Amino acid sequence: MSTEDTFDCRQDFADELIKLASSDERIVAVCNDSVGSSNLVGFREQFPERLINVGIAEQDLVGVGAGLANGGKIPFVSAAAPFLTGRALEQIKADAAYSNTHVILCGQSPGMAYGELGPTHHSIEDLSWMRAVADLPVVVPADPVQTRQAVRWAVENPGPVFIRIPRFKVPVVTPADAPFGPGLSNTLTDGDDVTVIAIGTLVSRALRAAELLRAEGIGLRVINMPFVDPFDTDAVLAAARETRGIVTAEEATVSGGLGAGVASLVATEHPVRMRILGVPNVFAPTGSASFLLEHFGLTADGIAAAARELLGHGRS
Amino acid sequence: MLVADPPLAAEYRELRSRLAGLSDQEKAVELRTISLAVRRSIVEMISTAKLGHIGGDFSVTDIMVTCFAGVLNLDPARPHWPDRDRFVLSKGHCAAALYSTLAYCGFFPRAELATFMAPLSALNGHPNRVKVPGVETNSGPLGHGFPVATGAALAAKLDGRSWRTVVVLGDGEMQEGSNWEAAMTASHYELANLTAIVDRNRLQQGARTEDTKALEPLGDKWTSFGWELRDIDGHDHVAILQALEPSTSGRPVAIVANTIKGKGVSFMEDRVEWHHKVPSAEQVRLALEELV
Repeated sequence: MSTEDTFDCRQDFADELIKLASSDERIVAVCNDSVGSSNLVGFREQFPERLINVGIAEQDLVGVGAGLANGGKIPFVSAAAPFLTGRALEQIKADAAYSNTHVILCGQSPGMAYGELGPTHHSIEDLSWMRAVADLPVVVPADPVQTRQAVRWAVENPGPVFIRIPRFKVPVVTPADAPFGPGLSNTLTDGDDVTVIAIGTLVSRALRAAELLRAEGIGLRVINMPFVDPFDTDAVLAAARETRGIVTAEEATVSGGLGAGVASLVATEHPVRMRILGVPNVFAPTGSASFLLEHFGLTADGIAAAARELLGHGRS
Repeated sequence: MLVADPPLAAEYRELRSRLAGLSDQEKAVELRTISLAVRRSIVEMISTAKLGHIGGDFSVTDIMVTCFAGVLNLDPARPHWPDRDRFVLSKGHCAAALYSTLAYCGFFPRAELATFMAPLSALNGHPNRVKVPGVETNSGPLGHGFPVATGAALAAKLDGRSWRTVVVLGDGEMQEGSNWEAAMTASHYELANLTAIVDRNRLQQGARTEDTKALEPLGDKWTSFGWELRDIDGHDHVAILQALEPSTSGRPVAIVANTIKGKGVSFMEDRVEWHHKVPSAEQVRLALEELV
């Protein structure tokens, strides 16, 4: 495997799910006509009775998931992220989080993965919405390793969780033995000048930004923060104390996601200059996922430029 | 989380074993007495809290009492017992009726009812399963309980378990589209172990259902969605007992329970303002006089 190899994490989601389901009969998959797009064809072949398709009905999808959990099942409730989180937001709040049921909400193809299909099919609001719901961990895996870690953790953890399952191809960035859990993060590069806290598709881009800046003599600390809620406050506050600024990078609207969470913490505990990279609360223009990430500056160059700005090496 | 009241839970077990040997008509005599006690308790809760939804509480009381005291397989001392029957109150604003019934059955001490909606009480205005034993899901926003009940029934069917699920819906609530999503799912999966009861009191918060967004022909809607329909008087305990008999068709069962909002107190019956009006001290006295 070359470091240039990239992966559609939906395959790792499906493989890990099938592996766990083989030894745990409580695991069921619940979807909204998304057997193909949730990559559940293999699961259906192996466990036809345990693949529940409620049809195109997302409110029912989440409610049925909560009921299955009530009946002793461990449901992986899976749908395209924009429809799961937008259409069924109240069910996620009341039936999964507030009711504290063991429902695993799997937002497939999140961010701008469905680029050309347009903002109706983009899921950039999900992190703001999910973070606003109490008692609901929010997980954004960066690669196949974290996708599998997330699936395993979700089965063990007795409560609800929202997991973004990436479709946009990403390289492996996580060491095999990396810790994974609420309030934990992975520091991928050490650096004392600026910190980048990145999630999902932006982690590999942050690592490339670190390479670019290293050539300029700037040390970038790259932190991968798969738990956007509850996030690793210790790592954030250490970054605030030990480096001269924090850049956050996410494939989501900046109104309430990772950057908003980090900013809220440092503003009250240890103020530090920040740049919050994401989608600036606009509906995206037409374009592929790759094009849109470039369009919004969610690239290695964009991250590097933000870091330089914090050091006063670029435009202020 | 509240816990069971052991003497009340023991009384409940005795009641259930006594009722088991009786005819439906004989059971109904006892269930009517319990329904009166539950209605009196609801009056006291709402008059203390100065909040609540008394009209809908009274329309659903006979249904709820029949389910808990006459039909469902429950153990207040073990509220999370995996093989219990599930009762889901989708019309969560009628929490006072649910709490009063649960307390009557010993799921928690009756003294707790005096805390209804008081600061930090477990007895919120809408039920919370994390705090109140016997509550299966947190309801309140309408159109939530039915999909959850459908999922529970599906879990039992997948595992070949014999426990059943009953969900109680408000009639106005049937205007929520999520209910019809669940009706299709339950029908598709042939969930004969699921019973949906519509508390058909014909009034919603602001007006009659038929003047707001008409539900009729409601029975035909259920039938066309693939459900076995039972149309009953929702205040006739014998009829409720019989309607709660298992499905005969292999399909899920819908009970359209024709009820009267405010049932049991003459000046509240079928009057839209009693959706969430709070009785005055004099009205409380008059209501308690009638509920004997």
